[in-house]
Amino acid sequence: MMSEHGSATVQPAIEGWFTLDAERPQLLGSRCAACGTYYFPKTISFCRNPACDSEHFEEVALSRTGTVWSYTNACYAPPEPFVAADPYEPFAIAAVELAAEQMIVLGQVARGTGVEQLRVGQEVELVLETLYRDGDVDKVTWKWRPVGASVERRA
Amino acid sequence: MSREIAILGVGMHPWGKWGHNFVTYGVKAARDAIADAGIRWQDVGFVSGGATMRCGYPGYVAGATFAQALGWQGAEVNTSYAACASGSQALAAARAKILAGDCEVALVVGADTTPKGFLAPAKGYRPEDPDWVRFYLGITNPTYFALYARRRMDVYGDTEEDFGLVKVKNSEHGFTNANARYRKKFSMEDIRQSAMVADPLKLLNICATSDGGAAVVVCSLDYARRIGRADAVKIAAISTVTPTFANAVVEMPDIATDSAAAAGVEPHRYRAAIPAKAYEEAGIGPEDVSLAEVYDLSSALELDWYEDLQLCPRGEGARLIRDGVTRIGGRLPVNTSGGLACFGEAVPAQALAQVCELTWQLRGEAGQRQVEGARVGITANQGLFGHGSSVILKK
Repeated sequence: MMSEHGSATVQPAIEGWFTLDAERPQLLGSRCAACGTYYFPKTISFCRNPACDSEHFEEVALSRTGTVWSYTNACYAPPEPFVAADPYEPFAIAAVELAAEQMIVLGQVARGTGVEQLRVGQEVELVLETLYRDGDVDKVTWKWRPVGASVERRA
Repeated sequence: MSREIAILGVGMHPWGKWGHNFVTYGVKAARDAIADAGIRWQDVGFVSGGATMRCGYPGYVAGATFAQALGWQGAEVNTSYAACASGSQALAAARAKILAGDCEVALVVGADTTPKGFLAPAKGYRPEDPDWVRFYLGITNPTYFALYARRRMDVYGDTEEDFGLVKVKNSEHGFTNANARYRKKFSMEDIRQSAMVADPLKLLNICATSDGGAAVVVCSLDYARRIGRADAVKIAAISTVTPTFANAVVEMPDIATDSAAAAGVEPHRYRAAIPAKAYEEAGIGPEDVSLAEVYDLSSALELDWYEDLQLCPRGEGARLIRDGVTRIGGRLPVNTSGGLACFGEAVPAQALAQVCELTWQLRGEAGQRQVEGARVGITANQGLFGHGSSVILKK
């Protein structure tokens, strides 16, 4: 994918947790080969369903859309290891329900969308954005963006 | 055979940001509890400490640290770490020892010295640690409290005013409590004026971290009778259950919930399971409760606890605060101590502080905070990594 900062190199903020597909990124989780329980982040050791003793997992890309379970923001810079921009830019955070996986995944909300534009039950999709810059490297992470907002941006 | 034990004595070191070693707070609380019990330190056969993770090796072996500071006298020791439930788990260890007949009198102590600002994780690049990951992504403790609060607003129609009412009530309750750190009656206007931290929660809606210490002396019912204390307050239940898979609510420090996709797996609410086990163990129900001490990490979270304690149907917590039901003088007072709003959290001491408050209330010794005719009290708290507790006390 292209960096948001022109020529800079793009690297995942956490290696192996999501695809780097610029248009349709997906979180990379795992699924128990025996009972079908999903995991994010991935597990590769033991299934945590108490009724399942499987130790076999397959890597799966998770649903890239979901509905907002709840949302908030970070008005003040979080402590390390968060790398805050200077000046600090507040950001929104959403907890998103994935229907097929029957789980909730947290993430920042894409820049330009504040809490006043969010509501419980709203449909959001996964995008990649810079978490912080490390020299010439853009460290990117997954973020949630209202499905309507992406349409507006492209229009 | 009765599974109850008696509370002979309770004691606390006032909460604050005193900057002393945690042992100072623990010993003060322990000596007060021993004096309150009317026994000698040498009568204690088991010392059970709540561990602190921030005070070095002495904190990891808190039970022994307190025993040494009080003067070695040969008692057996234990140290429990269970995040916010550490005090209750230490209490449960003491109860098990007493009910097994291994000791008659036990001392349970928790104390902490806290750093300033956000509670931050250990350093390095450690993506295998969920606590590290969430801070790396900018997700702090108030994030979780705010997610729960906002969901209440969007799903049940709660308002920021409702959360403010909880803060106003708790600040009125704690105003005369000498052990509380913040003794100021906050107005709704004060809360409106305070800075937004994690929308919809403002600074005054979120609890601080504090230094403090709390201690409880417990014994067998037989011992209580022998020393003329058959009327002592009893512990009727201690629940320290873990969640049941699949845990449906995203909780600190995780960035995702369990998946409930597998056949035969249902989503479960952990917070509701904690008091449910306590009610079952005590053989009583929410209709028997006179008062409750709950973990108001945020003022909105107190409303979740009303529902998890089954004091009202799901989604109707705000009605209790609007109608004044949960203030002193109401039908079912909650957080008569002032709660975390007035104390700030001293992790290994907090669950024991809840027990101290209920003990004073059930004895009729709570002064201006006294709830008339209190007969049964319940505590509830929840912390990181599947730890939570609920203790039921009765006259």
